[in-house]
Amino acid sequence: MGFEVLLKGKNMIRLLQGLGVALKISLISVVISIVLGLILGMLMSLKKPVINMLSRIYLEIVRIMPQMVLLFIVFFGFTKLTGRNLSAEVSSIIVFSFWGTAEMADLVRGCLQSIPKIQYESSMALGLTRLQTYIYVIIPQIIRRLIPLSINLITRMIKTTSLIMMIGIVEVLKVGQQIIEANRKSSPHAAFGIFATILLLYFLACWPISCLARYLEKKLV
Amino acid sequence: MNEILKIEHLTKKYDDLTVLDDISLAVNKGEVLVIVGPSGCGKSTLLRCINGLEDIQDGKVSIDGKTGMVFQSYELFPHMTVLQNLMLAPVKVQKRKKDEVKKEAGQLLERVGLSAKKNNYPRQLSGGQKQRVAIVRALIMHPEVLLFDEVTAALDPEMVREVLDVILDLAKQDKTMLIVTHEMAFARAIADRVIFLEGGSIIEDTTPAQFFDAPRSERARKFLRTFEFENVH
Repeated sequence: MGFEVLLKGKNMIRLLQGLGVALKISLISVVISIVLGLILGMLMSLKKPVINMLSRIYLEIVRIMPQMVLLFIVFFGFTKLTGRNLSAEVSSIIVFSFWGTAEMADLVRGCLQSIPKIQYESSMALGLTRLQTYIYVIIPQIIRRLIPLSINLITRMIKTTSLIMMIGIVEVLKVGQQIIEANRKSSPHAAFGIFATILLLYFLACWPISCLARYLEKKLV
Repeated sequence: MNEILKIEHLTKKYDDLTVLDDISLAVNKGEVLVIVGPSGCGKSTLLRCINGLEDIQDGKVSIDGKTGMVFQSYELFPHMTVLQNLMLAPVKVQKRKKDEVKKEAGQLLERVGLSAKKNNYPRQLSGGQKQRVAIVRALIMHPEVLLFDEVTAALDPEMVREVLDVILDLAKQDKTMLIVTHEMAFARAIADRVIFLEGGSIIEDTTPAQFFDAPRSERARKFLRTFEFENVH
């Protein structure tokens, strides 16, 4: 079936290292996206025309452009344009953060808007100051709504890292291809075993996160 | 008399639309005022102007103390338990001791028959139960004047009674209350005074007996007729 290749040499460890690269890139991008997304989301809910227009353009670009195209633009295009060399890892972190920030900002804006006006008014009627209203009433509700949504974004980001091998990063999928190539003669069925293992690895990385999202959704909403 | 709330020449406008037009009104301590009138006559806006949720364009509202308000939609904080909902403002705004507030919350909840629910979240309560908690949340701040804005309008009919009973109980304790409602039987039972508002002006300001049995204005008669049904048989 092709699973025996995994036991050869350091193949399994190499696959895990590949997964590590993918997880590292998505983790860094997630952190950047959450921080920038929170800021942008709050700016967007101020309803200032200029911010609204710019953020709409930004969001549309992210929605319309395939991530792969964005990766190529940053990795190949940026280098040509400026003559400066951008490493593949930095390029992919830029692209993933660019994408993640837009999605996160949209989630934050949506959460802020979904808090009914009456929540602000009843806080005011109880004599809470604006700051107290945000600290005790609004922000806790936003975080509760945001956690499951942003966790879904994280799993999607991890899955999408499979694209970064297109700009030469040796992540789990690339390692898999290399192993298959190297063992073409000795194990002609390696492709099945390796890709099945990669599927399992992605599953093991994303499943706990998605379980956590479900748990939090039940617990907090 | 012991005036606790005085409104003088209150005018409220949204852009060009005048919602409240030169309203003057004085309420004595312990008085229960019921405000009735057709939709859009400014009843809710009047309450919102009294507790400062709306800015006013002209006139003056003076209150001897604080107001507490209960809204039509259940506005409990969904991420807090009943007890946390009750304790937030007394502890954070009035800086009262947690133990003392908790004790009072327990007593008040018992009064409205919800002792068993104190550690539940709002989503685990029925509409009527939520409204009773909302009333307790206003009460625990010890307001001088309580404002009720159509508190039963969003409730299922079978839950209206349990909420109105709580308000009736408060009237017996001589609380000063301004109540906006569409429940005419309740209005008649609880009111010391009825205000009939239409088009942003006070049309009648009288006793419940006078208002319901022999309203002076044609507009009040017309309004009251909308609650009657002709027998079709």
